[in-house]
Amino acid sequence: MPLTKEQIARRIAREIQSGFCVNLGIGIPTLVANYIPDSLGVMLQSENGLLGLGPFPLESEIDPDLINAGKQTVTAVKGASFFSSADSFAMIRGGHIDLTVLGAMQVDREGSIANWMIPGKMVKGMGGAMDLVAGARRVIVAMQHTDKDGVPKLVNKCTLPLTGVGCIDRVVSDYGVFDVVRGSHFRLLEWAPDLSPEAVVRATGAEVEIAKGAKAMDV
Amino acid sequence: MSKVVHSVKDALDGVNDNMTILLGGFGLCGIAENLIVGLRDSGVRGLTCVSNNAGVDEFGLGLLLQTRQIKKMMSSYVGENAIFERQFLSGELDLEFVPQGTLAERLRAGGAGIPAFFTPTGVGTQIAEGKEIRTFGNRQYVMEMGITGDFALVKAWKADTFGNLVYRKTSRNFNPMVATAGKITVVEVEEIVPLGELDPDQIHTPGVYVQRILKSPKLEKRIENRTIRKA
Repeated sequence: MPLTKEQIARRIAREIQSGFCVNLGIGIPTLVANYIPDSLGVMLQSENGLLGLGPFPLESEIDPDLINAGKQTVTAVKGASFFSSADSFAMIRGGHIDLTVLGAMQVDREGSIANWMIPGKMVKGMGGAMDLVAGARRVIVAMQHTDKDGVPKLVNKCTLPLTGVGCIDRVVSDYGVFDVVRGSHFRLLEWAPDLSPEAVVRATGAEVEIAKGAKAMDV
Repeated sequence: MSKVVHSVKDALDGVNDNMTILLGGFGLCGIAENLIVGLRDSGVRGLTCVSNNAGVDEFGLGLLLQTRQIKKMMSSYVGENAIFERQFLSGELDLEFVPQGTLAERLRAGGAGIPAFFTPTGVGTQIAEGKEIRTFGNRQYVMEMGITGDFALVKAWKADTFGNLVYRKTSRNFNPMVATAGKITVVEVEEIVPLGELDPDQIHTPGVYVQRILKSPKLEKRIENRTIRKA
């Protein structure tokens, strides 16, 4: 069995260090927040203008003026700040956000990512994704290993319109954890414990090296 | 001369066909909902609207899509609006996608007298096609232009009668930049207070940017994704 979304999120949470400011995208990335220990003092950034994103509100706490980038009602933690969109992206573009986690339709061995458009089909827009991949100090992709038709999403060259070039550091999918060796290949570091590393390589649409010391993921 | 106006009609006096309108808001949070309804009711057409999102089908800017008053949108994300996607794919609506941070900075630059700037966002993507690329240090940057508009429609929490503004929580979003970039900036607020009541240290938008102030006749403050946790 590949990993569940929750297992992907839990694995990514281990990448987060004490004192980090982190921006989590929509979907699996959002789940990462559930697995960050309070003791790390992490501040979550929401690009619509909040540093210090808290849990969803109780019914009695709902405030239409307080939402996250997914337009969900949220709360703010102690020590939070509110700011404009220009300040928010100054933070992001200026390299002050330690880590961003976002979803993808394709990632290639250049470290390029496509996640905002399917020509003639899906027109939603990039939102803040282009700024996040260009500006965050470290960029991790959380995604399913293949699309719903079983087509691999790790590829040698992205075919969909790009969100950013040469910007992805690591990918965590339901099949494993991969580093991008930019311009060359993916390096498999950990695989889903119910799969074999060879099966993961076979299910990947790009060159993959099994790292020395690679192991089954501890989930 | 008082900046305070008493009707949506007076607030939007001078809005004409084919104008560029800048709008604050993120999703439905912090949008000038009464002014948007007023735009619809005015019947103006051929508008270029600069707004991070396009509302939902039946609220916010979606209202002006329904009536086909918008010719072009400049936005970063329009995924919540089915009418939008349909009009765009059928070629009825022109669209310029702008990365969210670039949109914020283009408005900030426009309002601050900066005609253009260089950003790393979007280099190597279709957003950068046809634009000037420069290398600073060992990295490439794309030139993006400042944005100004004929009208800016802003939502704030409180204004004093000079137009000093205070926003509330994440309803601030694009509103401060939009406020600086309109030839005529109209703000709708929940409360208008006398001069001296707002702490000068806590003002988010100084009144110099604001030409007209309207107290919202009514506010729905619709929530897009109502999400709660159990006690």
